[in-house]
Amino acid sequence: MLSLNELWFVLVAVLFIGFFFLEGFDFGVGMATQVLAKSDTDRRVLINSIGPFWDANEVWLLTAGGAIFAAFPNWYATMFSGYYTPLVVLLLALIGRGVAFEFRGKVDSERWKKTWDIAIFAGSFLPPFLLGVVFSGLLKGLPIDQNMEMKAGLFDMVNLYTLVGGIVVVVLCYVHGLLFTVLRTTGELRDRARKQAKTALIPLAVLLVLFAILTYTMTDVFEVRGGLLAIVAVLGLAAFLLAGWFISGKRDGWAFGMTGTVIALSIASVFIGLFPRVMVSSLSSAFSLTIDNAASGHYSLKVMTIVALSLLPFVLGYQIWSYFVFHKRVHEKEHLEY
Amino acid sequence: MDTVLLARIQFAATTIFHFFFVPVSIGLVLLIAMMETMYVVKGKEEYKRMAKFWGKLFLINFAVGVVTGILQEFQFGMNWSDYSRFVGDVFGAPLAVEALFAFFLESTFIGLWIFGWDRLSPKVHLLSIWLVALGTTISAFWILAANSFMQRPVGFAINNGRAEMNDFFTLIGNGQLWVEFPHTVLGAFATGAFLITGVSAYKLLKKQDVDFFKKSFKIAVIVALVSSFLTAIFGHQQAQYLVKTQPMKMAASEGLWGKSGDPAGWTVVAAIDPTTKENTYEIKIPYLLSFLSYSKFSGEVKGMNELQAQYEKTYGPGNYIPPVRTTFWSFRIMIAAGCLMIVLSAYGVYLAARKRLDRLNKWYWRTMLFSISLPFIANTSGWVMTEFGRQPWTVFGLMQTKDSVSPSVTPGQVLFSLIAFCLIYAALAAVLVYLFVRAIKKGPNAEEQTDAHTHDPFGKEEYHAVS
Repeated sequence: MLSLNELWFVLVAVLFIGFFFLEGFDFGVGMATQVLAKSDTDRRVLINSIGPFWDANEVWLLTAGGAIFAAFPNWYATMFSGYYTPLVVLLLALIGRGVAFEFRGKVDSERWKKTWDIAIFAGSFLPPFLLGVVFSGLLKGLPIDQNMEMKAGLFDMVNLYTLVGGIVVVVLCYVHGLLFTVLRTTGELRDRARKQAKTALIPLAVLLVLFAILTYTMTDVFEVRGGLLAIVAVLGLAAFLLAGWFISGKRDGWAFGMTGTVIALSIASVFIGLFPRVMVSSLSSAFSLTIDNAASGHYSLKVMTIVALSLLPFVLGYQIWSYFVFHKRVHEKEHLEY
Repeated sequence: MDTVLLARIQFAATTIFHFFFVPVSIGLVLLIAMMETMYVVKGKEEYKRMAKFWGKLFLINFAVGVVTGILQEFQFGMNWSDYSRFVGDVFGAPLAVEALFAFFLESTFIGLWIFGWDRLSPKVHLLSIWLVALGTTISAFWILAANSFMQRPVGFAINNGRAEMNDFFTLIGNGQLWVEFPHTVLGAFATGAFLITGVSAYKLLKKQDVDFFKKSFKIAVIVALVSSFLTAIFGHQQAQYLVKTQPMKMAASEGLWGKSGDPAGWTVVAAIDPTTKENTYEIKIPYLLSFLSYSKFSGEVKGMNELQAQYEKTYGPGNYIPPVRTTFWSFRIMIAAGCLMIVLSAYGVYLAARKRLDRLNKWYWRTMLFSISLPFIANTSGWVMTEFGRQPWTVFGLMQTKDSVSPSVTPGQVLFSLIAFCLIYAALAAVLVYLFVRAIKKGPNAEEQTDAHTHDPFGKEEYHAVS
């Protein structure tokens, strides 16, 4: 049986998996507005394909943040104050992106649209990159002292390992977003998205293998959880190959599911590698934050468990329903400005 | 400048800015839901047009409210990590519940509402906007539950050098919450209502879409009157609660240094000198402070000097007097704005009841246009009073502001983020005002025209529809 601390560690992992699976595709679609789109209509169709969803997808991140605060206050305090500057950039990017979706269509002018298009692209590219950097930093270890204070310089946060981690997350989200585009659009845009996804698989494979090798050499996670991680890696490889196979066979829904699985397994492996730690200290293993020394008291965790488990089914229920309501493809001839 | 001061400036600036948009969202969505209800019940297209027009303003505003809210959740950990460590066990829970309960609800159903006009049945579409309204109000409840803990900490015990929750129901049954929540939410309803009455007044002044805006005005002015009046009632409850739980804040908001005497008079204006700890000039209304504090015309209120001595005994040496002038004047500004809101909306209801909205009430329409600012002034000064008046504490009696800040964050980092956030917020504000003015000038009929344009007569579906 899981202890409450373990359960909350799993719940936080689930929230981040949900976040990267869902917001992952709308980050990808956001990037596609510059990389894939050729015309303003393309861009409008792409934006509308995620229009009803992106806001609710982002709430997964907020909820994960809230869950860390409530269940592991020391984790929240150390990580958020330690990663101060990257988080400022992350917030600026998310702020710009959020309003851009709403503001972009409000004025009929080229310059106006271009401005918000930049905000959408930057806001879709920077957050997955920064979160990739942050998450791989948690694995690699950060200078956390005996008082749980993280005093990281630039190169503690940004180095070969975390840069590769950031790029991996960006490319994963991009391919995932392209496949979402294949699912939600029609015609030439859809064909191009499928083609690009197929081409992008090879660099993505190289990046994933590179990241796995770096993880093996630069972190201790394979020593700690080698067996389990090997299984996850095999499953990930299988999902990846299936994704390629489904794309070629034009079985788009399955392909999208498989890139989603690769994302889910990647995030899961970060948490598996960390467990039972939540942040690895590079100064001394005794200073690492764990699910015990970072956690709230037993009573808080119990209350939160009851609340979370009774609310989550409803949340999942209506979110899935909203995807069902908007299952129809976005057509360029329909009413596009909202 | 040190980290504490910069972090405080950042918190004040970003929170005040965030709270321009939150009440507008809470208030507008309620009114839009009411309008759409009338559309579904009465079947009149006009109400649908109303919901759509005010919905446009709501969505522009909502977007800014949402994105500035993300920052709020991160800010506690970024700038106030020692605070987060100390109270996270208690304070984090309402924030997590807020995200899980309210944010998911509002974000999912706002998407359904925006994109669902043609895909959902009218009733399900109506349900969506009511669920958004519910979400915004639930969100207010949980964040105010967290704030109420800072004003009056309950439901916890100090273990291992930090506050740990030991009774969830005491936490959400906090008396402070049950005066603060209705006061704040009703104020938010009034904010949305005054925005609609103000914009309608402007259009009536310009004689554009007179019927449409007369109707909008009528609905909104009733909500404005009821909610402003009830806000005042709960404000009174809150003041009485304050006397019991945070007497220092009450004394500071009264500029009361010594004992008030019995019965206590209410100071209307005063020249306060915090260095000599006396007021050089004041105008008082007899009995009124007794009434505000105890709902009767007798009773004494403690002054700051007495409370300072008492707190020194309890909490050790230190200065426990908040910035008196700020607390005193923000309280008065809030009350003045609130009273004006009640009077102006009451007059509007009177005009509507006597069917005199047809006549040209130039001065009244103009006043109502400028009165859009009144709830913003009242909301902001109310929070300034609440948060300044609690100083030097972040959590009353438990933790001081100077001990709450992140030890690992440098002043340079906070200065950088402060400047960055202020710049982006200023840009957001400018764009929002621009879009608001544009949408208002275009009026409610703009949409149908563009609708007609987007239908391509040679499009496939249209072609088949004719042939």
